[in-house]
Amino acid sequence: MHSGITPPEGNWWLPVPKDEKRWITVSFIWCMIMFAIMPLWHWKGGQNPGGIRGRVSAADFRERTKQFIKDYEVGKEKGHSVVEPPPGADVYLQASMWRWDPVLKLKKGATYTIHLSSVDINHGFSLYPLNLNFQVVPGYDYALKMTPNETGDLRIICNEFCGINHHRMVGKIIVED
Amino acid sequence: MEWLHRICPVTNMKVCRQAETLLKWNAVTAIVHLLIGLIAAVLLVLTRWQAVHLLPVTWFYRILTAHGLNMLIFFIIFFEMAVLYYAGPILLNCRQPAPKAGWLGYALMLLGATMTNAFVFAGKADVLFTSYTPLRAHPAYYFGIILFAVGALIQVALFFATVVVAKREKTVSGTIPLVSFGALTAAIIAVITLIHGAMVYIPTFLWSMDLMDMDHQAYRMVWWALGHCSQQINVAAHVAIWYLLAAFTVGGVVLNEKVSRLAFFLYILFISMASAHHLLVDPGLSPAWKVWNTSYAMYLAVLASMVHGFTVPGGIEMGQRLRGFNQGRFQWLTRAPWGDPGFSALWLSLVIFGFGGGITGVVIGTEQINIIAHNTLRIPGHFHMTVVGGTALAFMGVTYYLLPLIFRRRVAFYKLAQIQPYLFGVGITLMGLSMTYAGTFGVPRRHWDISFTQSAFSVKLPTIVDLFMAGTALGGVMAFLGGIAFVAIAVVSVFFTRPLSNEDLLSGGPGLPPGISKMPKQSWSEEEAAEAHKTGTPGTVTLVVIFFICFILYYFANWKVLAALWKVG
Repeated sequence: MHSGITPPEGNWWLPVPKDEKRWITVSFIWCMIMFAIMPLWHWKGGQNPGGIRGRVSAADFRERTKQFIKDYEVGKEKGHSVVEPPPGADVYLQASMWRWDPVLKLKKGATYTIHLSSVDINHGFSLYPLNLNFQVVPGYDYALKMTPNETGDLRIICNEFCGINHHRMVGKIIVED
Repeated sequence: MEWLHRICPVTNMKVCRQAETLLKWNAVTAIVHLLIGLIAAVLLVLTRWQAVHLLPVTWFYRILTAHGLNMLIFFIIFFEMAVLYYAGPILLNCRQPAPKAGWLGYALMLLGATMTNAFVFAGKADVLFTSYTPLRAHPAYYFGIILFAVGALIQVALFFATVVVAKREKTVSGTIPLVSFGALTAAIIAVITLIHGAMVYIPTFLWSMDLMDMDHQAYRMVWWALGHCSQQINVAAHVAIWYLLAAFTVGGVVLNEKVSRLAFFLYILFISMASAHHLLVDPGLSPAWKVWNTSYAMYLAVLASMVHGFTVPGGIEMGQRLRGFNQGRFQWLTRAPWGDPGFSALWLSLVIFGFGGGITGVVIGTEQINIIAHNTLRIPGHFHMTVVGGTALAFMGVTYYLLPLIFRRRVAFYKLAQIQPYLFGVGITLMGLSMTYAGTFGVPRRHWDISFTQSAFSVKLPTIVDLFMAGTALGGVMAFLGGIAFVAIAVVSVFFTRPLSNEDLLSGGPGLPPGISKMPKQSWSEEEAAEAHKTGTPGTVTLVVIFFICFILYYFANWKVLAALWKVG
């Protein structure tokens, strides 16, 4: 037996000691359990980042957001349109330097397909205080079905660096009964 | 074949003069970049702590860019080059092949690093370390990194050449020692990493001059094949250093060569898939791709780390038991040389990496759990416990042995050196855990102002976040002081003390870690080994059981938090 800086002499392909063998077995089983849980959660669990994924140009996404706002606008707040889409609707949430448009009014228990995209650079969708986070990449439409389970006045913090005013980029979602 | 060398009085091995000089220059340059990164670090923690909020916004992101680059790329890769010269020609007892190519590689790395740093500090590259397109830096920024990567590839290639030379000239009998095998693993992963570096920075360089188009999701994927894989070079390198320091400080043994080597081999096969960890909540990739890649093909690289997490402390335990510390379950640990900075750094690195960085990393790298972790402070909390508490601390520990062995100097301010690993280790753990907890409240990473006073809609974070941010600052400042102490010790030792003669080295005295003046026994007979295996490693078994319980609790606690949220998918 020797240290790690000594070249092994003779045959070093020796049987594994008992304790080590047990630990490797336990670790291997644990690894397989952790691996199995991810697909299982897609099947049985409620929170998955799969979504409906597609490509979209900045101009197209801007257009879709504009149309969405026109269809369901109910007011204005601090220079943002406030939009109340019907349950089940496709919702367009546009990230740009340095704002989230529009402000959304959602119903508790209803399911919406929320499309996230950026019209300029990478942004980060971080729903506060729930702490739900998704990456917003220019050129890609990330559509996630979301079902609010509580009422509240929520914020969307940008958590991907997007330039000098990154810290000012905050949006809003209101969930009502 | 004749070549210029000296005989090391401690290890009785040949030390090639050429390799030694290359090692020294790479190590010293690493420490210069560490110093830049450290100064940046303290400015950053004092800005994120809103009570001080030191830097203005532009400088916060500029310094953040510099911090990431200098720590994760320049410091670490320069130091890894030094480790490769040690595990190469020096541990393999052979000559340095093509030393001139080594100098070329070193010069390219230095030129690249200096060019990139110059453009960052000039404000031409406020794109953060990740430089996600379409954020755009000056083309010279990307070009500097390309030069650095080419230089690193050249020095890595020399390491492979060294292994060939050692084999061909029969300077090692049989196979190479485990530490060199681990370094070889790191070198192979480095090649994979640097190829991805070329794949991302060359197109980005062209894109920055409007010579080609860029897909921004593809950029993220390939960039992280560089960005995360380079952390896997670190893992392989610091695990090799754990085995090295265990050998020097307590005569740690290899419980089973087959197991340790297969674990390193699993790193080569699977660890480069970790790019996925950054893309789990990205729009461009399918769930199947995410699940397969984030788990390194069914967690086989995690398995490798869990194996090293047993064999390293187990080897220390058995080495200590062979040396006579055989009482009870933990005498080997209580009677370990806690005043030897090489040993304390090794042990703290092992614990912080395993319990702190390892557990959090696997948990936040779970596809769905990443929804409650992505881009929050949980991410830097995790990786400061892997790459700083794990890798950097292991590098510091090995430096306390390289100073006498290679630089032939006493460790200056030895009393300070004895507490330095504790100061640095405790500081970084406090910081890492504080960031992790702050992140669970949704506090974003890479953010100048979490008081949100200038934002369109106000955000009021809970008061407890203030506590965690203060903990982040306190831990960060402690780690900064520990880091500065390390730099001071290294610089004073190398440049302001006299070189030691062979007799000085063996005579001991102040400033020489105990493993230098009296190197522990490195080989034991088959009978002694058989006897030791009868006792086994009961202390290590207890430690890994505690580790496993922590792992399971943290893992399922996160699923429970996730399950309470909105349905999303």
